[in-house]
Amino acid sequence: MNQLKTSYEQDLRLARRRWDVPCYGVLLAALVLVPQFASTFYIGEISFVFIYAIAGVGLMLLTGYTGLVSLGHAAFLGIGAYGNAIMLSKGVPFALSLPLSGLIAGFAGVVIGIPTLRMSGLYLAIATLAFGSIVILVGEKWHSLTGGFDGFPVPHPSVLGFVLEGPSAVYYMALGVLVAVLLVAMNILRAPLGRAMVAIRDSEISAQSMGINLAFYKTVAFAISAGITGLAGALFGHYVRHLAPDSFGVLLSIQLVTIVFIGGLGSLHGAVFGAAFVAMLPQAIALVRDDLPFGIGRLPGLEPSLFGLILVLVIMFEPSGIHGRWLKTKSWFKSFPLHKRAAFRRQKSYAKSERLR
Amino acid sequence: MNGYFSSRDLAMRFGGIRAVEGVSFDVQRGEVFSIIGPNGAGKTTIFNMISRIYTPSAGTLHFDGQDITRIAPHRIAGLGIARTFQNIELFANATLLQNLLIGRHCHSNVSVLSQLGFLPNVRRAEVEHRKRAEEVIEFLGLQRNRDQLIANLPYGVRKVVELGRALCTQPKLLLLDEPSSGLNVEETDEMAFWIEDIKKDLGITIIMVEHDMKLVSAVSDRVMALNQGRILALGTSAQVQSDAEVIRAYIGGEPEAAKAESVP
Repeated sequence: MNQLKTSYEQDLRLARRRWDVPCYGVLLAALVLVPQFASTFYIGEISFVFIYAIAGVGLMLLTGYTGLVSLGHAAFLGIGAYGNAIMLSKGVPFALSLPLSGLIAGFAGVVIGIPTLRMSGLYLAIATLAFGSIVILVGEKWHSLTGGFDGFPVPHPSVLGFVLEGPSAVYYMALGVLVAVLLVAMNILRAPLGRAMVAIRDSEISAQSMGINLAFYKTVAFAISAGITGLAGALFGHYVRHLAPDSFGVLLSIQLVTIVFIGGLGSLHGAVFGAAFVAMLPQAIALVRDDLPFGIGRLPGLEPSLFGLILVLVIMFEPSGIHGRWLKTKSWFKSFPLHKRAAFRRQKSYAKSERLR
Repeated sequence: MNGYFSSRDLAMRFGGIRAVEGVSFDVQRGEVFSIIGPNGAGKTTIFNMISRIYTPSAGTLHFDGQDITRIAPHRIAGLGIARTFQNIELFANATLLQNLLIGRHCHSNVSVLSQLGFLPNVRRAEVEHRKRAEEVIEFLGLQRNRDQLIANLPYGVRKVVELGRALCTQPKLLLLDEPSSGLNVEETDEMAFWIEDIKKDLGITIIMVEHDMKLVSAVSDRVMALNQGRILALGTSAQVQSDAEVIRAYIGGEPEAAKAESVP
């Protein structure tokens, strides 16, 4: 049921398929109505999914679309959270402190982006890991600014005299920012910027020959990714209400990477799916913990090891993640009795040119 | 400099290896200039110096009256020099159309901030880029593969897509690195037609590295033969093919040129 296209504008729309607008409209309306009848617990859980999804979109732009792996993204989350909380406590209005916290995190992204321009793969992962550790250390030692290990209480935000407190307020803030961030991400992906990012991911050498300034676009990708993650951090601060530097450590960075890998690299849907999965998993473990045999549920470190196990299984058996599985399921139903297993099998890629550096 | 494109005493050394040494040549506007030579002769190295992936150890490169020896690599496309790669360097996880649109990158001048909001100027520019890309799709007859992922396309089509992506930059000089490698006889003939068309209809100057002598003699105005980084011969295809030094480089042995040439 392909529509006949009659103008190039049609390919530039955000909603390209006939059912996009009604489907996502209904989804959004349902999400707006959730706090009216859901319990506080579920409102909180879904807000947490939204916050992870924002960070996931941020990291997806960097890892999934530009091909740069970061193991230090929790640091940007922390920078956004502390930035927002410190500004609020100094009397900066929330309407200003939220975007500013994104800007500060984005600037931090430039700071880590520029020195790592020539790195990729494992080396970049190690460099960003080190950056993350440094940021945590600074947060712990700079007592006068961050309160160090005592933590930092996050003031309630207020807009136009209304104090936004309680789970519903966090829920709507997170939903609003998530929708805005998704729109910006979709804009990026249909503009030259998004194509430049994909080009850098797939072949730096020919991206350069097509006139793409690698240094500039990699730095921009880092800045945008870090900025979006910083926004997630600001909301994370309002969600947890009390910040401590060590909550933004390696474990959180790995959770963020898990979001993009489990969700499916190179898809915004994947970032949201992965966030739902990663944010809900600890609760799912808690629910079944007592019923597990042999005392497995009381083992220490059950959660991180399950994360690791799932990540390994996903990479081995479904490299395209939840989003890829979703596409395959959809096509299975579409072509119901005639589904072919090979439909999604990629050919072996041809030999690449000798790597030039 | 007396050519549209000229190279003077170009040299490239990797440690002790002299990949290219003292290579000078001029390419006239509207010409198809082929570079031939055995493996390791330095052909692709010359291309990599022109597209500024390597910085020459010595010598200069001029294009259209401008010194391009030390210009930033990403500015080469903007000057009107586009290239293809020997082993195809397409963006495999993007569609054919997206690949062509990436070729339009050097003509995009919208700011990053306006792209975040997809402002009207970005939209207008995108429609304009799309029109150009569609012209190339029509020129090369790629309509039915427009929305397919490169990873799903056969090798022969990918080769054409790479040519198309280079054309999307609206080049004045096109560098083709082994356009026929991996193609069957029919596809090679097709490639020869396109090279002719690009030269005649679009008026683009072409420098080509190629092994298939049939293709070289069919399309080239002049041919340069290299061996071990040095120029062996430069002239028309027939002159170069009958040059004793060239035959010796390819077939080896003593320069009994007449004998070697008579072998069919």
